Amino acid sequence: MIEFKNVTKRYEGGFEALRNVNMQLGEGEMAFLTGHSGAGKSTLLKIIALIEKPTRGQALLNRINLKTVSKHKVPYIRRNIGIIFQDHQLLFDRTVFDNVALPLIIQGFRYQEIAKRTRAALDKVGLLRKEKAMPITLSGGEQQRVGIARAVVHKPMLLLADEPTGNLDPTLSREIMQIFIDFHQVGVSVLVASHDLNLIDELQKPVLTLSEGQMTHNDLLPIAAYES
Amino acid sequence: MVMATIKTRRDRPEAANKLVSYFLHHLQSLVSSLGKIYKAPTTTIMTVAVIGITLSLPSGFYLFLKNIEAMSGDLSSSTQISLYLDLNINDADALKLSETLANQETIQETEFISRDSALQSFRNSSGFGQSIDTLSSNPLPHTIIVFPKSSSNRFEIKNLLNSLQLLPEVKIAKLDTEWLERLFTILEIAKRAVGIITLLFAFAVLLIIGNTIRLDIQNRYQEIIVTKLIGATNAFIRRPFLYSGLWYGLFGGIISWLIVELGYLAISGPLERLNQLYQSELHIVTFSFQDFIILLTSSALLGLIGSWIAVAKHLSQIEPK
Repeated sequence: MIEFKNVTKRYEGGFEALRNVNMQLGEGEMAFLTGHSGAGKSTLLKIIALIEKPTRGQALLNRINLKTVSKHKVPYIRRNIGIIFQDHQLLFDRTVFDNVALPLIIQGFRYQEIAKRTRAALDKVGLLRKEKAMPITLSGGEQQRVGIARAVVHKPMLLLADEPTGNLDPTLSREIMQIFIDFHQVGVSVLVASHDLNLIDELQKPVLTLSEGQMTHNDLLPIAAYES
Repeated sequence: MVMATIKTRRDRPEAANKLVSYFLHHLQSLVSSLGKIYKAPTTTIMTVAVIGITLSLPSGFYLFLKNIEAMSGDLSSSTQISLYLDLNINDADALKLSETLANQETIQETEFISRDSALQSFRNSSGFGQSIDTLSSNPLPHTIIVFPKSSSNRFEIKNLLNSLQLLPEVKIAKLDTEWLERLFTILEIAKRAVGIITLLFAFAVLLIIGNTIRLDIQNRYQEIIVTKLIGATNAFIRRPFLYSGLWYGLFGGIISWLIVELGYLAISGPLERLNQLYQSELHIVTFSFQDFIILLTSSALLGLIGSWIAVAKHLSQIEPK
């Protein structure tokens, strides 16, 4: 699913956010990405989401080279990914239903299909009864769950989450993480960036650790293991 | 190869469905952009009013020209030709000629002015009475004033003038067209001026709409970022802005039409009086249905082009960071 070979990312001004990072996340696998702030977690996710391009090395998503993707193909590749943000990035001028339905509208689904899938996604995160509510009236945990529903409504192959529990208390964080594990169990690949080490220990999933741009710990199988 | 693995994935919409939903999305953008305009009435009213006022100037001028043209057409058909007869034609022959001419098909009527009455009225009006009395004979010829049929055009009048000139009794046939020619030249200049004004104001409308759409894009910065991140194409993001521009242009066109119609209503009273003073049967011309359609189409098109320019310039600069 995701393959990084000696990926280096240097921002303008010379700051190296990633240095020679190697990793591989197979189809249907789930892993946590940890590290102190500024270690390069967000940069790694941004490269996968086609927001940044690697300076050196090869980053592949489904064997597509993310460095050489042409501009007009970017939207179509992003449709295979569901992204969850720390600040959930909901649109506050429309209802919960309309927020969650957005990826389906973009991809040109029929209204009946949109309604069916949107309600299914809201049901999965336990917010079916809030479909007509405006996001501003929801609690932080509920807003994050709307963000998750929006990320999964179009059944992506890969879920990326950047500090999804950053603003939530431990109980809510555990609930959110459980939702990710549920998706992992139905075959979706999941990569969650988080620095909530206690919670990560509890969940017993593979962990990747970044420190000053370098991968210092990798529970996932090395690339060679997939190639053989 | 690689893209194929993505496109053939389960549960993507089928091609036929996609086409239908493509048109549905266009329709939806059209309606929802109207809804967004409706939700922000102050901005919309201001933008639309500015566009309307801007467009009302060229369209008002256009209507003014149209009226002047109609009026000048009327004037050219009320032209008269003066025939100055040979001095040795006697009263009876001259009167007879006048009557013969009046029966011609191309002539509405004639008016005969004898040498004596011409001299009499000249003596009365010129103030040279005494010096005229010293003349041994009357220097003025008999005059026949010919009124061509009111339906004749400029070409037919020229023909009539030529044939009258050939009559043996006629010494000089004179058509006073110089002032008409001048009027037509002035009209031509005015037409070009209106053309230039129209171009300038059309450009101004482009700028107004472009600026409005630019602000609209800035206000929806966050929404654009989010939709890009979940896989929206540029065409998808562009669409509602283009339709907003279309609506702004269309409503601006309607406002400008209203402004011009109201303006004409306001000056129609004195215009009627002027008409009566000239004893003419002119009718004030307002927008025809065709004019109305052209006005709305071009204003809507201006809106679309203006927003297209703004969108092309500003949308590509917004990328998720």
